[in-house]
Amino acid sequence: MSNGRFLVAAAAVAAIVFGIAAWLNVDYLFFAGYVVLQYVVLASAWNILGGYTGYMNLGISAFFALGAYTTVALQIAWKLPLPATIPAAAIVSGLVGLGMGYLTLRLKGIFFAIATLALAVVTETFITNWDYVGGSAGAYLLHPKRGPWFGSYSEYLFLLMLIVAAFSVVVAHAVERSWLGYGFTAIRDDETAAEATGVPTLRLKLVATGLSGALMGMAGAPLPYYVSFLEPASTFNLAYAVNTIAMAMIGGTTTWLGPLVGAVLLATVQQVATVTISSEINLMVVGVLLVGFVMLAPNGIVGLLRDRLRL
Amino acid sequence: MTITYPLLVNALIAGLLMGGFYAALSVGATIAFGLLDIVNIAHPTFAVIGAYAVFVLNRTFKLDPILCGLLLTPVFYCAGMLLYQVYHHFFERRGDDAMRGLAFFFGLMFIAEVALIMSFGVDFRYVHAPYITTTWNFGAIALPLRLAVPFAGSVLMLLTLELFLKKTFIGRAIVAVAQDPFALRLVAVSPVRIKRVAFGIACASAALAGAFIIVIEPLQPAVGREFIGRVFAICVFGGLGSLPGTIVAAVSLGLVENLATIFIGASWSPAVAFGVLLATLAWRPSGLFGRS
Repeated sequence: MSNGRFLVAAAAVAAIVFGIAAWLNVDYLFFAGYVVLQYVVLASAWNILGGYTGYMNLGISAFFALGAYTTVALQIAWKLPLPATIPAAAIVSGLVGLGMGYLTLRLKGIFFAIATLALAVVTETFITNWDYVGGSAGAYLLHPKRGPWFGSYSEYLFLLMLIVAAFSVVVAHAVERSWLGYGFTAIRDDETAAEATGVPTLRLKLVATGLSGALMGMAGAPLPYYVSFLEPASTFNLAYAVNTIAMAMIGGTTTWLGPLVGAVLLATVQQVATVTISSEINLMVVGVLLVGFVMLAPNGIVGLLRDRLRL
Repeated sequence: MTITYPLLVNALIAGLLMGGFYAALSVGATIAFGLLDIVNIAHPTFAVIGAYAVFVLNRTFKLDPILCGLLLTPVFYCAGMLLYQVYHHFFERRGDDAMRGLAFFFGLMFIAEVALIMSFGVDFRYVHAPYITTTWNFGAIALPLRLAVPFAGSVLMLLTLELFLKKTFIGRAIVAVAQDPFALRLVAVSPVRIKRVAFGIACASAALAGAFIIVIEPLQPAVGREFIGRVFAICVFGGLGSLPGTIVAAVSLGLVENLATIFIGASWSPAVAFGVLLATLAWRPSGLFGRS
């Protein structure tokens, strides 16, 4: 599908999803749906670097939380509204991604993974010690009951995240089918060979880290309003990383569809499990599925379906 | 805050002692990562599992915690061999081990953590031993035994491992497998068998390190996450797979962390390990004692 058509299709799907949700008009649905959509963004973003390029980012929470804290900082400084802080969050997290990539991408992939983990803790320490955005005590960002245009505030947040999610999927699709995507795949398959045949590997990897980081920042930007109270320890939680990676890997990492499928399935199961059983069981389910899939079905659900259809 | 002479000396002693413990915790990870190319990010969590096992043994049989850790090493050794077999079957053999293998251990880490939370809860647990509450005082200078005993244990453990790797046939084969697995096959040694033994030893070291953790501080399931960064900072900074490098890196990290705590403030100290790690990765990725 061409990019233009895909954009129209994505917009149509998003409109239908919002139409159904608005018609049902259950506030809890917006509340739970927001989390599912947030993971669609995170998994698609992670996959641009992790799936297409083959570099594992374990520091997802750093980019995500930086997005959230960009919103807090801009709200405190100039009372900027959410639609303005989302692009700002993308810029901040994208730049951090770029810097991160510049420092570490000359190394083997595995060192990059460890370095991203380190980045998460370093940024967490900075935020914890930055009193302007609340420091370790956290920051309150109380939102009005009603959204600025219509409906409840949850509905408004849901709509914003839906737009960001559709945008991420469109970006992931466009990247996959462009010269960027082919370059990324070449890097994943054999970096030395790619370099030798003239693929500008370092520059491409920087594009991937920057883009992936920027999208993660956008996923985090509305979080302060969603949780009302933002503090570093839970915003930088490693659980965001394992959830995101599990979703992308369970869905399948080679296409834009995999993270979307994985995130929608797994995040929905998590929302149900949190309500019906406990929030601990969530992480257990994610861990078991991640381990099971990487062992038995390394190409994820999309890979399994593709094999089945070919037979 | 004025920095007095005894404060500084006490911080240095505490840093040195913590550094010894960090070395014990990191040695398994550095063997797996540096010599076997297995990035076991769950290693600190394995140590936490060891610590809980020590807690149970200590409470049930009133045994000394470090003795419990020692008694657990055969169990961890076998579990490690089994885990290696699984890893080999699903990842190493297929040749795409790095990424998926990392995801595998990342998943295992959370499974273990949640399993611990479900069986022990999130309360802090601690063990009983006479030395945990004892501190030897030399004037203004204090030597807390809860740090000194794990330090001594760690030094012994690292010396034993170093002797094992340098003097025994299997030990030398483990070092050789890192350099050239094919050459090992030419002298009729199975690289897979050697790696299995090595990974077993790496896991066995986690049992002892776990005993040290619970002697040093009260335990709670997520504590393993706090150590991941330190462990990998030490692995990389020390040059992967080098035991002397591990000790030097671990002790430097312990010292720097403690100095950072008194000079800059405790809230900044978590960033120290990672700052060191990022700087090492950016400027000297082969570490201090690395084979480039």
